[in-house]
Amino acid sequence: MIEPGRYDAHVLIVGGGATGGGVAHDLALRGVRVTLVERGELTSGTSGRHHGLLHSGGRYAVGDRESAVECIRESTILKRIAPGSFEENGGLFVAVCDEDMEYLEPFLDACADAGIPAQRLTPEHALREEPNLNPEVKAAVRVPDATVDPMRLILRFFATAQRNGAQIRPFMEVKDLCVHDGRVCGALLHDHATGQEGEISADLVVNAAGPWSDKIAAMAGVSVPMTPSPGVLLALRGRLCNMVINRMHKSGDGDIVVPQRGLSVVGTTSWVVDDPDELTVPEDHVERMYAEGSKLIPAARSAPRRAAWSAARPLVGAKGSGSGRELSRTFQTFDHQQTDGVEGFVTITGGKSTTLRGMAELCADLACRKLGIDEPCRTRDTVLLPHTAYYTAVA
Amino acid sequence: MSDPSTADNRQDVSKIETRSLRVYRYKRGDGGEHFDEFEVPVGPHTTVLDALRWIQHHRDPSLALRHSCHHASCGTCGVQVDGSEELACVCQIHDHGDRITVEPLANLPIITDLVVDMTSFFARFPHEHPIIRASGLPANAEPPEDLEQYVRLEDCIECGLCLSACPTAATAHEYVGPAALASAQRLLEEPRGVQREDVLAWASQPEGLWRCHVGLECTRACPTDAIPAERIMALRRELTFGGHHETKEHQR
Repeated sequence: MIEPGRYDAHVLIVGGGATGGGVAHDLALRGVRVTLVERGELTSGTSGRHHGLLHSGGRYAVGDRESAVECIRESTILKRIAPGSFEENGGLFVAVCDEDMEYLEPFLDACADAGIPAQRLTPEHALREEPNLNPEVKAAVRVPDATVDPMRLILRFFATAQRNGAQIRPFMEVKDLCVHDGRVCGALLHDHATGQEGEISADLVVNAAGPWSDKIAAMAGVSVPMTPSPGVLLALRGRLCNMVINRMHKSGDGDIVVPQRGLSVVGTTSWVVDDPDELTVPEDHVERMYAEGSKLIPAARSAPRRAAWSAARPLVGAKGSGSGRELSRTFQTFDHQQTDGVEGFVTITGGKSTTLRGMAELCADLACRKLGIDEPCRTRDTVLLPHTAYYTAVA
Repeated sequence: MSDPSTADNRQDVSKIETRSLRVYRYKRGDGGEHFDEFEVPVGPHTTVLDALRWIQHHRDPSLALRHSCHHASCGTCGVQVDGSEELACVCQIHDHGDRITVEPLANLPIITDLVVDMTSFFARFPHEHPIIRASGLPANAEPPEDLEQYVRLEDCIECGLCLSACPTAATAHEYVGPAALASAQRLLEEPRGVQREDVLAWASQPEGLWRCHVGLECTRACPTDAIPAERIMALRRELTFGGHHETKEHQR
């Protein structure tokens, strides 16, 4: 354990989602002084709105091996450092038609290749464990998927970062970045609690604004190759299953049902937008969720709608993509000194909540290199405080 | 799927249905509280949260509110809508009139606008209160051999709606309130390593369960069927009859 704020260097993190929370926690554990700002409530962007799947990596095993390997590694670590946060019931990939069966062997091979434990079940066995499954199920494979409450998991990162000296400031919006002589040296902040504005200085600014990261980058006169790609999700009343139920085929619309508390969440669709603040919930997408979800669990068809919403994934890749499906779910850091000649500014984007710790490690490694700080990452073995500590353990 | 924005937004502006939202406003050091009124376009499924976010993005970016999951699972977006506690994300505009008043939750300090400080809410809970419980649903599901049982997240989403609706909490500020007591009762139901005596001692503190006036407003406000009022009554039975409860039943 290193004492909080051992180093004088001050890092300003922009964005209070999974990525920002992970980076704040990682840097605080390395003894770096950290301030994190978020324009709204923590996890009010994409991070709070995903369907609550802690990925085993099965979803990406065929087609996006890099993401699959990241997911199995990081989900295993998260279960260890955030005990008590997950519905650890596993997940099933189920084939419900002959076409799905063609995906079975490639799927099993790809899971083995990515190191994802995969156990084949007979249809009868699968139906005993999940009685609401489509009775036409032809094959099922069990993988270590789990359900997570996105906000409460991420609050554990914020709580622990705060305990280690990080300043976490929600309702604090970055209006502009301060750039002098080709160097980002701070930000102009608007405090939504008071309506006041003020400047904060920083030795390094980390852009962790997810699908908004291009807007933040533009304040430094640079851009990041990131495409906001929304999807519609549908929450049904009633818990129809305990395991995460995935369709055994290439990623498509409405091919997953994630149980969460007393709800069942069906997801998702995929398209691309320019402005992540302007997300619609097209009714035909909701209908599609009902139609496709009920192929996995027929009872979904008549389950009452609790909510339908959209969330924008921040996918790494050039704009002009078709649906976003073809873009990898992996993550990437950008040192804008290397890419644009702007010092004091890095961006971390892409990825997903499941890989938030690994993303943070990559980003904090870069930040420390740039600040000349030689401290190892300690997040793999540091058990996080409970989510309530974010509120109750204020220093 | 295809880009939905094209079909959706190609409507004649004059035909778009609207509602008027009266929204509570407060900025620290800014001369007190007031209401601002906004005309908001609505569709068949528009929620109060959708309407508030439309105001943020099209009329007044300084409006502050809390939200996260958008499907009644995180408990972040609690507000009062026309005086009733609601999760804004599942509160349908069409269930309300032409002029809708939105205020922050009661019985919690206001930070700004619709944002309340949840610190005192979480400080009320028993020290240990696990959020993962036995699932039990669907009833006929047989867990895999390597699992002792299927588990799921607790029903209570710690949204604070019950505390806001509680008439006792409105006058007795130290009262621990319905959510915390319901959480204690869950620990008796499913201890998960917590000592029963500790839970009972905590619940029977002076600001604990005997303060409840049985107004039942908490269960009415609860968005996730966590039934706080029933759990408070169950706690009282437990403290009154204790382990002898069943024996008395048998004697009748």
